[in-house]
Amino acid sequence: MVKHKIVLLFPATVVEQPFLYHLVKDYNLIINVLKANINPRKEGTLVLELAGDKENYDSGIHFLESRGVKTVPLEQQIVWNEERCTQCGACTVICPTSALEMIRPEMTVTFNGEKCIACGHCLKACPARAVEEHY
Amino acid sequence: MKVNRTYDEINERIKKGEAVVMTAEEIIPFVEEKGLEQAAREVDVVTTGTFGPMCSSGAFLNLGHPMPRMRMSEIYLNGVNAYGGIAAVDAYLGATEIPKTDPANTNFPGEFNYGGGHVIEDLIAGKEVYLEAYSYGTDCYPRKKLGTYIKLEDMNEAFMFNSRNAYQNYNVAVNLSEKTLYTYMGILKPNLGNANYSTSGQLSPLFNDPLLRTTGIGTRIFLGGTEGYVSWYGTQHNPSVNRSETGAPRTPSGTLSVIGDMKQMDAAWIRGVSFLGYGVSLMVGIGIPIPILNEEILRSAAVKDEELFAPVVDYSQGYPYGRGGPLGEVSYAQLKSGTIVIHDKEVPTAPLSSYPKAKEIAEILKSWIKEGQFLLTEPVEQLPSADSGKKLSPMKIRSRGEEN
Repeated sequence: MVKHKIVLLFPATVVEQPFLYHLVKDYNLIINVLKANINPRKEGTLVLELAGDKENYDSGIHFLESRGVKTVPLEQQIVWNEERCTQCGACTVICPTSALEMIRPEMTVTFNGEKCIACGHCLKACPARAVEEHY
Repeated sequence: MKVNRTYDEINERIKKGEAVVMTAEEIIPFVEEKGLEQAAREVDVVTTGTFGPMCSSGAFLNLGHPMPRMRMSEIYLNGVNAYGGIAAVDAYLGATEIPKTDPANTNFPGEFNYGGGHVIEDLIAGKEVYLEAYSYGTDCYPRKKLGTYIKLEDMNEAFMFNSRNAYQNYNVAVNLSEKTLYTYMGILKPNLGNANYSTSGQLSPLFNDPLLRTTGIGTRIFLGGTEGYVSWYGTQHNPSVNRSETGAPRTPSGTLSVIGDMKQMDAAWIRGVSFLGYGVSLMVGIGIPIPILNEEILRSAAVKDEELFAPVVDYSQGYPYGRGGPLGEVSYAQLKSGTIVIHDKEVPTAPLSSYPKAKEIAEILKSWIKEGQFLLTEPVEQLPSADSGKKLSPMKIRSRGEEN
């Protein structure tokens, strides 16, 4: 059994196709959608937690890639720029999953990519704009 | 008092490399262990630090004379307006100014990604910025417009002159309403979703010199990575407030106006910041040394978070409309623990002012003094303190001739 948080990037040409249906029906994968968006250029972004048997998981990913959907691990999408961070902590009360958290009593900010659900609230809550979204 | 040290004695020891210097954090266990009198005998200087958003900041710039000459009356740096209502090529760039093209809060909440604070940071970082200026033209200053790239090193003078920094204590901001608030204290989630505060507590400069005994006009300080000076008391300086037995104010109180050479500053300690739905500001790094002249001064400098209190203020009604008073008081130790209790609810806290950076500033200032590079200055004049009667007055909107 493997479980990963991933980001699916859909080009405009395939955005209307029912991929999740196939992931469930053909590959027996468990899906938890965290965030979905279609931009004005009709490109889609889907953040989800995907779990299943290792072989099925890999086949499912292969299926997506073969249809032109790009898959990227979530932790590569939200990047905390430690150098830019001023350790002010404004993000830590906004982050809903405590992925951005304050270590006490040192009062330093840390980012745990595994807890991140890429909701993006921190991007604008950070006064120094130290959290970046890379798609 | 049994210990009685002078500025000259301290400076002699600094010059010889013999001064004993501790940060405002290190001094706490030291005084607890040695006792006040013995600690005062051993320690010459305590260093403090703060690194937080300080909106009343900005810089005087002399941009240099182009040929033909120009009396710049409208000036933009990377699109951000700098005030030109002073001499020909002088300008004042304020930290909170936003570009003329910024949509501000028309699409609420506005992002405010770039502004005066960011231009100041870019200049200090050595980056080129685009200067655009307009004039009506005169016989002595014929040029009417200009566009050029410019760097900090190209300017004749550039000094930061901040009219209100280093606030001695500040509100803890919360939100009692049912909608999210976007404030200069950050995003405040509805129904007491979070509590944001903004001082470095036991490391904060004016919390360690609560009655302004040693911090005065002319005091040499750490400002933005270099030496700066206290030039005056800051705007909204309000020393006549309720205080603890230790002398520490229990509400926002004293402020400082500070000055320093921008050309010597380091962009690590001067950072442009953006507050969603509010605007831009500047995070400023300040550290003030406290000469341990006697036990009383040391007692104040050894203050700890447990002894410092801040008022909790609602930013939905209390602050903007003046409705209802503070919701209570909390100590900085409680704030730093991560949660405070308001109206029986546990509310998570965030500092806005960076404690680790404040600590780093106190450490840097300590090393400058220990290495003999930084001498202490006796104030040329004291700042108004608790006994001055100076108060902060609200504005009364009135018609012509009406008495206040």
